[in-house]
Amino acid sequence: MKVTLTINGARHSHDVEPRTLLVHFIRDNVGLTGTNIGCDTSSCGACTVHLDGEAVKSCTILAAQVDGRELRTIEGLAAADGTLHPMQQAFHENHGLQCGFCTPGMVMAAVSLLDDVPHPTEREVREGLEGNLCRCTGYHNIVKAVMAAGGSK
Amino acid sequence: MPSILGTRVKRVEDPRFLTVGGTYVDDLRDPRLDGALWLTFVRSSVAHARLASIDTSSAAAAPGVVAIYTFADLSVEPQLSMPAFNEAMKRPALADGVVRFVGEPIVAILTEQRSQGEDAAEFVVVDYDPLPVVVDPVEAAADEVLLFPEAGTNTAYGRVREPDPTLFEGCDAVVHMTLYNRRLAVAPLEVKGCAAVPAEDGRMVVWLSSQGAHTAVASLQAALGTEDLHIITPDVGGGFGAKNGASAEDIVVCRVAQLQGRAIRWAETRTENVLTMQGRGQVQTVTMGGTRDGRILAYRVDILGDAGAYPMIGAFLPMATRMMAPGVYDMPKVEVIARSVVTNTAPQMAYRGAGRPEATAAVERTIERFAAEIGMDAAEVRRRNLVPKFVEPHKTPVGTTYDIGDYPAALELVLEAAGYDALRKEQASRRAAGDRLQLGIGIATYVEITAFGGSEYARIEVKDDGSAVVYTGTSPHGQGHHTSFAMIASERTGIPIERINLVWGDTDLVPTGGGTGGSRSLQLGGSAVLQTTDLLVEEARQRAAQQLEANPEDLVLDTEAGRFHVAGSPTAGRTWAEVAGNDGLAVASDFTQPSGTFPFGAHVAVVEVDTETGQVELTRFIAVDDAGTMINPLIVEGQRHGGIAQGAAQALCEEFIYDADGNPLTSNLADFTFISTCELPSFELVPMETPTPMNPLGAKGIGEAGTIGATPAVQNAVVDAVAHLGVRHIDIPCTPERVWTAIQEASK
Repeated sequence: MKVTLTINGARHSHDVEPRTLLVHFIRDNVGLTGTNIGCDTSSCGACTVHLDGEAVKSCTILAAQVDGRELRTIEGLAAADGTLHPMQQAFHENHGLQCGFCTPGMVMAAVSLLDDVPHPTEREVREGLEGNLCRCTGYHNIVKAVMAAGGSK
Repeated sequence: MPSILGTRVKRVEDPRFLTVGGTYVDDLRDPRLDGALWLTFVRSSVAHARLASIDTSSAAAAPGVVAIYTFADLSVEPQLSMPAFNEAMKRPALADGVVRFVGEPIVAILTEQRSQGEDAAEFVVVDYDPLPVVVDPVEAAADEVLLFPEAGTNTAYGRVREPDPTLFEGCDAVVHMTLYNRRLAVAPLEVKGCAAVPAEDGRMVVWLSSQGAHTAVASLQAALGTEDLHIITPDVGGGFGAKNGASAEDIVVCRVAQLQGRAIRWAETRTENVLTMQGRGQVQTVTMGGTRDGRILAYRVDILGDAGAYPMIGAFLPMATRMMAPGVYDMPKVEVIARSVVTNTAPQMAYRGAGRPEATAAVERTIERFAAEIGMDAAEVRRRNLVPKFVEPHKTPVGTTYDIGDYPAALELVLEAAGYDALRKEQASRRAAGDRLQLGIGIATYVEITAFGGSEYARIEVKDDGSAVVYTGTSPHGQGHHTSFAMIASERTGIPIERINLVWGDTDLVPTGGGTGGSRSLQLGGSAVLQTTDLLVEEARQRAAQQLEANPEDLVLDTEAGRFHVAGSPTAGRTWAEVAGNDGLAVASDFTQPSGTFPFGAHVAVVEVDTETGQVELTRFIAVDDAGTMINPLIVEGQRHGGIAQGAAQALCEEFIYDADGNPLTSNLADFTFISTCELPSFELVPMETPTPMNPLGAKGIGEAGTIGATPAVQNAVVDAVAHLGVRHIDIPCTPERVWTAIQEASK
């Protein structure tokens, strides 16, 4: 079946099997590999993208379910001139990434978290990112980065 | 100019990962892989069985299936991962007539599209003829159920030895416990993957998700019968010790590519990953004896390692535990008995710390048990037994020689930072009030071994535009090698770090390498970069002298300007670009460190335990970790954070569980309780730097330290929280159920 999505401002139409997951559409059909797959139970959040501005785990949705809607992936977060989004900048400043595998999903989840709670407490950040797993950082600098991006102390 | 070394330089790696993501094996869009076929494994669903039959006929007719392989089709000899292991315990890349653990690959299906492999796998019918199962290593040690009958034993490595009956003579107090250092899923966020393509010149190009391209060479050469391999490790999404060398699945991928003469790709699922990538797993029988005034006189630990179904590096790790068994303590008599046995579970890999966390967990839990036995504060018992500060090598009763250490200072630093006395007061008042939430304070002091000695390669090339490329035999997967190595190369050349690139993980571009593991990269790889930088500067000085028609001894390198000139007359000079010229300038060298280095530290964990539900909350974690000279404290702290989280996870929630029939009960990330943000606090880090004399940087490893101290610190804190209720021990992970049960049993 044909699925059309606007991803990072560009329209993408592909013929896919009805069972195609959104994350496979993004990675295999569109070729945007910043969005990663880290599990098979929707536990890790490495595949988090924005669907109409809200963070979703793209492994839990069929591409067909979101036909015609708008997506943003990590590749669409920085400004056109390459300037990092404040969340990307905060992760860089605070060493919020190591191997980088959870990073795209983590950053997308964090951006969405600040949309909902602009100045979160540490507890709010920790609860807000519970669905995004990281094996490298112990979360310490991720939490610090999100707090910094949110102007929280 | 102030030195860049020791400063918090932000990682040069970051922008790419933050904007488009890394290029992991599954992300490769290399044209050589265009039209690649996909491999899918059919894995054993039972723990121990003879394969009565494998029917692949329906699968062969499924859409997109190109070929199907079983053991007999591959003609790859089973391999023994280390020569020291029992020779009858070789591992076939696909099961050879017998399966020995759930998840063992039996059949490989090659399909045109990736999803077709999963579909076709459903049609493979394996007829299992069940064999008796042994999951518990203690039962396996009895040799009643044998995994390899021809071996006549389940012991893969090490031997049984009679304990010394006189060891605890003269001790007024003796404690004895059995400790379980549980199996864990290693669970790097990127699972394993491999891509292989036979090139036209007869070579095989292989991309691996591995901690070192060179460490995979030997096993792939043996399996493929060819020396002509080009192995590449692109970005790797975490390894934690378990992505060393080539896996059984990698071997199958490469062999199928060879047989087909076509590009083949494979990426496992998370379920496949946790079924096959596990670490830890020791049963430790510990005894500690001493005087009632707190002097430890003797310590014995009998280590039974659970190697899983085939001995891999995990089977060797009880020996690493043995090396570090006495920890930071000056104990006159130490006896260690160590061996590993095979069981019908996943073959054990190395996992962050690899044998040393197990040593620290044993001695640190036991010393707290000993402190409780004699009624003395656990910090005080440690004070009375720590090896005093030493600057000359210190040899322990098990024969390990530590490089340099100041354990008393580390302990006092952490106690002060934690506010130990105030915490004890708070604890006393909660106990007196009978609060539901009780406070626990746990300590762990540790020393570990990193790098284990060895060599590492570095080459530095300066290009005609004055930029530089560092080639290293180590292999980053999150540790920030590019930034740290560029800082080292920049320091003495004056070439700015943003103009220094890093090449790693390519056997064509880097001739040798030990990869990254055992916290070796900075001390060996970084020292190699430093040594090579010095050689490069000397070489450049000679060249600049020729160009300037000056005496080399008269030339100085102005590192601020990146330019050589005659001392005292800076007008005539040569920049790096000019010195390099059209041909460039390159120097290579190997750095050798004769033996390991011994980072040490002290951790304090503070927990609140809900005495009605057994729920544990880790509220504070304070750490002193001394890894010698820090090149980049920002990166060092990141390593400590990650290590602490993984160590705490083992104490609080993580465990890979099999039932008695060898069925995994935690076979995905929904069931395996991978620690998340909510279970952890932010950590309080205290710096300490005691440079090692073993290398010119003064650096020791930091990759694993956090993990080593954190597990016993958290476990000790949980036991401490309920000690006044009569609880003397709680196994890890300290789940609510275990804590609650311990409280109930103590109150009986």
